[in-house]
Amino acid sequence: MPFKKWRCVICDYVYDEELGAPNDGIPPGTRWADVPDTWTCPDCGASKADFEMVEID
Amino acid sequence: MSTATLAPVWRDSKRYLWLFGAAIMLVPILGGLLYEATGWAVWWWLGPLFVYGVIPVADWLVGTDTNNPPDELVPTLERDRYYRFAVYLAVLTEYIAVVWGAWTVAHGNLAWYNLVGLTITIGMVTGVSINTAHELGHKTDKLERWLAKFALGPVAYGHFFVEHNRGHHVRVATPEDPASSRFGESFYAFLPRTMIGSLKSAWELERKRLARQNRSVWSIRNENLQAWAITVVFFGALTAWLGWIVLPFLLIQAFYGASLLEVVNYLEHYGLKRQKRADGSYERCRPEHSWNSNHVVTNVFLYHLQRHSDHHANPTRSYQALRHFEEAPQLPSGYASMVVLAYLPPLWFKIMNPKVVAHYRGDMRLANIQPSLRDAVLARYSRSAAAG
Repeated sequence: MPFKKWRCVICDYVYDEELGAPNDGIPPGTRWADVPDTWTCPDCGASKADFEMVEID
Repeated sequence: MSTATLAPVWRDSKRYLWLFGAAIMLVPILGGLLYEATGWAVWWWLGPLFVYGVIPVADWLVGTDTNNPPDELVPTLERDRYYRFAVYLAVLTEYIAVVWGAWTVAHGNLAWYNLVGLTITIGMVTGVSINTAHELGHKTDKLERWLAKFALGPVAYGHFFVEHNRGHHVRVATPEDPASSRFGESFYAFLPRTMIGSLKSAWELERKRLARQNRSVWSIRNENLQAWAITVVFFGALTAWLGWIVLPFLLIQAFYGASLLEVVNYLEHYGLKRQKRADGSYERCRPEHSWNSNHVVTNVFLYHLQRHSDHHANPTRSYQALRHFEEAPQLPSGYASMVVLAYLPPLWFKIMNPKVVAHYRGDMRLANIQPSLRDAVLARYSRSAAAG
């Protein structure tokens, strides 16, 4: 399954599954579904639950 | 003794006070009625008297409130539609006040000094309405996002809708953010920097977003253009109805309103800076990156905007659920008093600079410093840090 990218609708930050979010302890290759619900957008703080992340690829 | 059984159920003590946010928009009309009753010209200046006088004094008299909702009640509190309608009402009362103001300019036969007072008073209304737009524009709900653009119409500041979420929240408390003020920067240096910088940034953000969709920046989907169009239609309609006389009134009050937002921006992050990580990215925005205040009166009129640290940490959290953090830097008084201080730079520096220095325990390398003053500030405080 190819990696996907998700965009924060509030601030445009892109979560790329291939890159993960190592600063937040989310290793590269982490699928969106496996990102914890407590994770929040690193740029604007929007929560995963609050936001629709839009699939862009 | 079990305290759990004795603990009262938490109630929002500010629940009905939040309606003041909508009521304050009608202050200019109250001023007009008082003028009718007494003939005193001072009532046309009720807006500035209220914001710079009554509210700071009331903040001082009423004091602070550090009460937080218990975590388990937050989801219920957030879902309560009452709080949303209280904000929608403020958009309606804003428009009532501006239309009334424009009509009074055209037909009130006011002396020029009364017109100036009325213009400033209406500017206060539209300036405070940027706070209404702020509360609405953070939501993902379509209606609320449109209401945010409408709230920004009379103050001609529609790009705030774009820049605040996608510009300011991303870059807050960094030297790159036009809306985060720097240590040693006066309000009068900050004002043009933030006004021009925010406008440019909002345009660029929409240009990039639309380019990703293979659209021109001149698209109807450009949210800056959408929000500005409301201003053009509103100002155009009032001018067509009441004549050219209202146009300078509308433009001057809009500038004044925008400057009121920017003076609040000035004090929200003064001198505070997020540090860079080893990879060059900035650390997350934390409570220590915003100035806070728990002064009840200003908090009621500004929908808890002064609980600013929680807002930046949880930007979609509704105003009624925002929390006070013990570790967040606190301003000596409410925003309304601090605004007056910000207009007087020597006094502002005298009071706020030591607070920034204390916040960083003398290590000013950690602060966001006006570039032209950076070397001098570092030299001065490294000496005192070494001596202390």
